[in-house]
Amino acid sequence: MVTMAEPAGGQFGEFGGRFVPETLVPACEELEAAFRSAWADEGFRGELNRLLADYAGRPSPLTECHRLSEELGLRLLLKREDLNHTGSHKINNVLGQALLAARMGKTRLVAETGAGQHGVATATAAALLGMDCVVYMGEVDIERQALNVFRMKLLGAEVRPALSGSRTLKDAINEAMRDWVATVESSHYCLGSVMGPHPYPWMVRELHRVIGDEAREQCRRLLGADPDVVTACVGGGSNAIGIFSGFVDGTAALVGVEPAGGAAIGRGVPGVVHGAKSYLMQDEHGQVLEAESISAGLDYPGIGPEHSHLAAIGRARYETVADDEVVAAFELLSRAEGIIPALEPAHALAWVSRARQELAGQTVLLNLSGRGDKDVDQMMDRLGGVDSRAGSDDGSPG
Amino acid sequence: MSAEPGSLEAALRARRSGGGKALVPYLTGGLGHWQAALAAAADAGADAVEVGIPFSDPVMDGPVIQEANDRALAAGTTPLGVLDALGRLDVGIPVAVMTYYNIAFRFGLERFASVLAEQGVAAAILPDLPLEEAGPWASAADAAGVETVLLAAPTASDERLGRICARTRGFVYGVGLLGVTGVRDELAASAVVMAGRLKQITDVPVLVGVGVGTPAQAEEVCRVADGAVVGSAVVRRMLDDEGPAAVGRLIGQFRRAVD
Repeated sequence: MVTMAEPAGGQFGEFGGRFVPETLVPACEELEAAFRSAWADEGFRGELNRLLADYAGRPSPLTECHRLSEELGLRLLLKREDLNHTGSHKINNVLGQALLAARMGKTRLVAETGAGQHGVATATAAALLGMDCVVYMGEVDIERQALNVFRMKLLGAEVRPALSGSRTLKDAINEAMRDWVATVESSHYCLGSVMGPHPYPWMVRELHRVIGDEAREQCRRLLGADPDVVTACVGGGSNAIGIFSGFVDGTAALVGVEPAGGAAIGRGVPGVVHGAKSYLMQDEHGQVLEAESISAGLDYPGIGPEHSHLAAIGRARYETVADDEVVAAFELLSRAEGIIPALEPAHALAWVSRARQELAGQTVLLNLSGRGDKDVDQMMDRLGGVDSRAGSDDGSPG
Repeated sequence: MSAEPGSLEAALRARRSGGGKALVPYLTGGLGHWQAALAAAADAGADAVEVGIPFSDPVMDGPVIQEANDRALAAGTTPLGVLDALGRLDVGIPVAVMTYYNIAFRFGLERFASVLAEQGVAAAILPDLPLEEAGPWASAADAAGVETVLLAAPTASDERLGRICARTRGFVYGVGLLGVTGVRDELAASAVVMAGRLKQITDVPVLVGVGVGTPAQAEEVCRVADGAVVGSAVVRRMLDDEGPAAVGRLIGQFRRAVD
């Protein structure tokens, strides 16, 4: 049986570790000790649970998709992380890290963001706890996620562009790490996924475990059993680890879905970047490749080390989907269920839709990690305004 | 060009026992006329030189060296290309390569170490490979006769500094401030403190880099340290395409300042 215990020494099998500049090693050690102590402290857990309930709106519902299930020939359940405050699962991790940072006496949060969801969540937590907040975001992402940039500024955060390299999420992480190297005494690096140096992959997983714990209980009430398949999109992989953590010791198939243009497991080999050893898209010389997908939140050439481990031992499998399939899934869920998903979880639905023959008759739990408001502008450009289907151009009088 | 095992540490110790201070410039391999700049630095009195193998994600580097990495990579620079070129050069002083761990990891640690040795490279500096993760690389490097230079930062306890000094080879690279590479207006007070703490702990040569950007700053830190590493100031001149002679003149100014 596969379980998710604390990774000894930060190692998930052959993956993980703490590959950071020497300046940051003591900070990582301090953070590891502080999290272990806080996580064992009922007072800390109680305060976090209160915020998750009263502020973020947990538990998030489980929604059965009746119309779409019929269309696809399977039973589709959605874990509704899109209904959390700030619009995605990211708030779970951020509230925990912000409380921890305050407990450690830090007064400033530094974060990276891709689509902007983690940046918005971090800015929100900083506002809630009265902390300073700087969010690094690739210049390319700033352009395609203008709404989230404005939200972060409204929340009082400073958004700084990452101008080097591909000017996307990977470069924003580089900038956030450089900031942390310089400000480590007063700042906490509020990393947004299950990646980076130990203790982040473990700590962020524990903070998202609530997704899987709730979903398991909800499935057992609804189904009397675990679902057959649990699926989620994977960039760094935090929402996927969160929901997998509720089912990893059971028999449900676990399926992570990567974008074809950012498929660390699908197209990568083991490497070391951003603090951990994991699968990584890189060239023959070890230069990290630039990811390219429709979804800024998944535009990352690496993946969290625990996913690499789950893939290596065969407990989870990882599929890739293309941008066109994602757009079709985005439209499909909107029309069939009245839920506009973020482009990130639309990847998982794209795989379910493509694999419908294989999945026929099975119960599939999909982590709907975020809502699509942030992507509406981008989709309007791509789809050129959606035809109304009801047809005002069909010649009949209006 | 070939290097005797331990040649970097031997050169730095020789400078110290002669009553002098060591000057180690950094330049980015593959950038512009880097081989001529390397020779000019040696002629101007550098004791050893660090050659960067460019990496796509240099998290310990500030804007100047980031740009140098980007430009060198855009020009098609590869790790083997830099190492082959070093093998054909003989500048008469020890050469250390500075790069990030993934370059060595992708190469294969044993193979990377043996290629360094074959090309006459004395030492390697991997700034994202801290003590706890350094074991596999350090073993491979030791076996090949390549010195592994470890960094020591202001955030470390004295106990940790002691462990770093025990494992480092060549010299111990004291990080002069909390931050990434780059030139600052003034030398951080932490640079001199770092040098003093390390000198109390170890007999290994103590060099300080990161934030040592002018001859006056090098002179200031070398009142305590055994030497200084100078990177961004050198690379700035390479980026501005001022030519190898300008690099030589700059190193000459540093040389006079620390002497």
